[in-house]
Amino acid sequence: MNATVGPVAINTFREAVRDRVLYNLVLFALLMIGAAILVGEISIGIERLVIINLGLSAISIFGLVMAIFIGVGLVYKEIEKRTLYSLLAKPIRRWQFLVGKFAGLLLTLGVNTIFMTLGLAAALVYVGGHFVRSDASILVAIYFILLEFALVTALAMFFSCFSSPMLSTLFTLGIYITGVFADDIHGIGEFTKNPAVLAITRTLYYLVPNFHNFNAIDTVAHGGAIPFSLVWQNTLYAALYIALLLVAGSAVFSGRNLK
Amino acid sequence: MSTPAIEILGLTKDFPVGFWRKRMRRSLDNLTFQVEEGEVFGFLGPNGAGKTTTMKLLMGLIFPTSGTARVRGRSIDDVQMHREIGYLPEQPYFYDYLTARELLDYYARFSNYSKAERRERVGRFLERVGLAAAGNVQLRKFSKGMLQRAGIAQAILHDPAVVILDEPMSGLDPVGRREVRDIILDLKKQGRTVFFSTHILSDAEMLCDRVAVLAGGKLQGVGAPGEIVSMKAHAMEILFEAREGRALPAALAKNATRIGGRCRVEVPEEALYGALEQLRNCEARILSVSPVHPTLEDYFFRLVGSPATSRGLEEISR
Amino acid sequence: MSHLSQTRALWAALAGVPLLFAAIAALQMKIDAGTRAYMEENEELLLRSGSAVRKMSLGYDSLLADLYWTRAVQYYGSRAGFANAKFGLLWPLLDIATTLDPKLIVAYRFGAIFLSEPSPAGAGRPDLAVELVKRGIAENPDDWNLNGDLGFLYYWWMRDYPNSAAAYLQGSKNPKAPSWLKIMAARVAEKGGSLDTSRMIWSEIYQSTQDKKIRDRAMEMLRGLKAREDETELDELAQAYKNRFGHFPDSTKAMLDAGMLRAIPVDPAGYPYVFGPDGKSSLVPISPVVIPPDLKAPPEVSK
Repeated sequence: MNATVGPVAINTFREAVRDRVLYNLVLFALLMIGAAILVGEISIGIERLVIINLGLSAISIFGLVMAIFIGVGLVYKEIEKRTLYSLLAKPIRRWQFLVGKFAGLLLTLGVNTIFMTLGLAAALVYVGGHFVRSDASILVAIYFILLEFALVTALAMFFSCFSSPMLSTLFTLGIYITGVFADDIHGIGEFTKNPAVLAITRTLYYLVPNFHNFNAIDTVAHGGAIPFSLVWQNTLYAALYIALLLVAGSAVFSGRNLK
Repeated sequence: MSTPAIEILGLTKDFPVGFWRKRMRRSLDNLTFQVEEGEVFGFLGPNGAGKTTTMKLLMGLIFPTSGTARVRGRSIDDVQMHREIGYLPEQPYFYDYLTARELLDYYARFSNYSKAERRERVGRFLERVGLAAAGNVQLRKFSKGMLQRAGIAQAILHDPAVVILDEPMSGLDPVGRREVRDIILDLKKQGRTVFFSTHILSDAEMLCDRVAVLAGGKLQGVGAPGEIVSMKAHAMEILFEAREGRALPAALAKNATRIGGRCRVEVPEEALYGALEQLRNCEARILSVSPVHPTLEDYFFRLVGSPATSRGLEEISR
Repeated sequence: MSHLSQTRALWAALAGVPLLFAAIAALQMKIDAGTRAYMEENEELLLRSGSAVRKMSLGYDSLLADLYWTRAVQYYGSRAGFANAKFGLLWPLLDIATTLDPKLIVAYRFGAIFLSEPSPAGAGRPDLAVELVKRGIAENPDDWNLNGDLGFLYYWWMRDYPNSAAAYLQGSKNPKAPSWLKIMAARVAEKGGSLDTSRMIWSEIYQSTQDKKIRDRAMEMLRGLKAREDETELDELAQAYKNRFGHFPDSTKAMLDAGMLRAIPVDPAGYPYVFGPDGKSSLVPISPVVIPPDLKAPPEVSK
């Protein structure tokens, strides 16, 4: 299978690079440099806190934007531009194509994040002078952010299999926001004690991907540690949900008549 | 009898049309024919006849409403069958951020070649389609003709037994078309089967062992180009110069066409001597008399009729 | 585009774009001037509720907390020093910041000082400061600095010595806490509002923070306390002078000549003290040292 998924993935990565997607790193660098220099003005004593908050939030936001905007075009673009025709003439199954595109975007996001992490580390050293032990948990927080990227990419790509980029973006964003607020929604349901509302909110809670699971920025910024159980639980959750989306997407895409 | 290269068995395709997608338009109706191994087979028909639809069905890009097809004995559902096929889509689009070399290399990865083999093949086929100089240019800078050639290269790079080309001559200048013709003949010499669609009928006449004619989603005829057109009776063509001041006989004048100083008229074979007599009587100067070879084009137009009906739309309401 | 028309277009842009930008900038200045008066009176914060902001944060709570904190600091900084400064938004800004990030210790400590200080140095709401710090302690039980701040607030602004002592005591229970907390608990319980205790408190505040504004404030307080102490001492000496010479001294030089002082005493800013006709010493008007008004005579509370 690597003979089919692999080339598609690498080519997807290559497309992103040639589309100059990685230039967002320049923006990120400017942001971190500016922050590192100015943070001392805000207040002494919380420079590391601010750099970590800003850095992780920026990594998260930049990556999510990329995941959504590139993700919704992953399949759609290939169909519209007809580049898919000659590709599907090769011995590759449609689901292999999907997995390849997914892997390619994930690779792009991964590379992007690595560079950003280096930038964050540099900024931290600049304001703090050295690393402390608790900084290792920053890497865990970044891992969680990567899991988030993977989920959002899978979501966006799923919609890309059958709807236009505009609609796919709306759907994906909508589900993402719902997923971030999932526990609030759940809480509201529990609070009202109205059985109908309760049923709806509960269903929603388990249906929608709970993105708040992956948010460890607050903890990590204050030097807290992340329990290992959370790490593998989140990994499993993400893997299951992504599998779900890929299977559903493959089903939809495999039966689709290309125009 | 060996397995046919391509067997098309009752292929039918309906498309939903209309805003609510409730009505169906039948774009292919119970198509059945075969392409034998080793032959060059032309697929002819006006725009909208269903040629591209047929090819997309063969390649698994769209799915039949009913019917099936096989390539070298394997069903079109079998994706491994694609190892033996090369396909050039109509108006090929490729990843424009890749260079020609990268594109071919990418597609070559789906066959099991070693790195060295791949490199060698990519170089060889770039050369073959005349793109060796442009190998490292990004496809977005390619002209239509160059894209067409790149498309052909990727279709034959893995030495497939069956090559399916949708309008391979489109967008090419006469030099390019000659090159494609040469490639097709070369493929035939290698024993491969070539199935291509075109509406340049002279190409079909020149290259094909057999042709199928499609119009309105229905198969109109299959056979060697010579068989298909042998139904028309021969006519004779007379080229002459009319004498100044002398009028032509009415019947002749009606059917004659004038180009510069010359006139041309076609008469049925049996009426030839009568016409010559008439021309001599009005002192026209005969330039030449030659038989008119019926062409595929005549057959085509006669068969297909006026442009309006040649669209061949047949709606089946639900 | 022909070469000529392109050249023309370029020249037009070269001239026009800077001009237009200048016009826009000028217009913006006019708008700002017009709204400034309006905004002075109607300080507005679009969202005052910490939990509302939290809901809108999409999970980026920590970052938003930092932004609100930054805003709070700038809000304070831009108004501090003006005669009629009011700090109506300081509490909501700090409230939101600490709701978004309950572990933002610096915000609690800043609020402890500058929410409680009366205008023009602060918002003049020690009750809100107490609420803020109490919340900080609940979320960060391990931070003994906050206990110290609470103790300070009760002592200095509320004159609530029992609660103050209790807060210091609570803080001292933390094994990492320095010993002065315990000492403070004892002193407050015992001596109430004495100059000594006050000086110790402000001294600890000065040393326990890196926030420049808090340190400056603490330094001001310490200087004021020193001045107060000096004045008390000088008043006693003046009384002794009167007993000796029959009248109050008119300046510290007189006392120096009389051998009662070894040198001209100066206030912490370097200005000499002066005497009024009633024999009470005071600071020179131009001295920047300020004696905290309500500490002129802190009431001694008997146990």
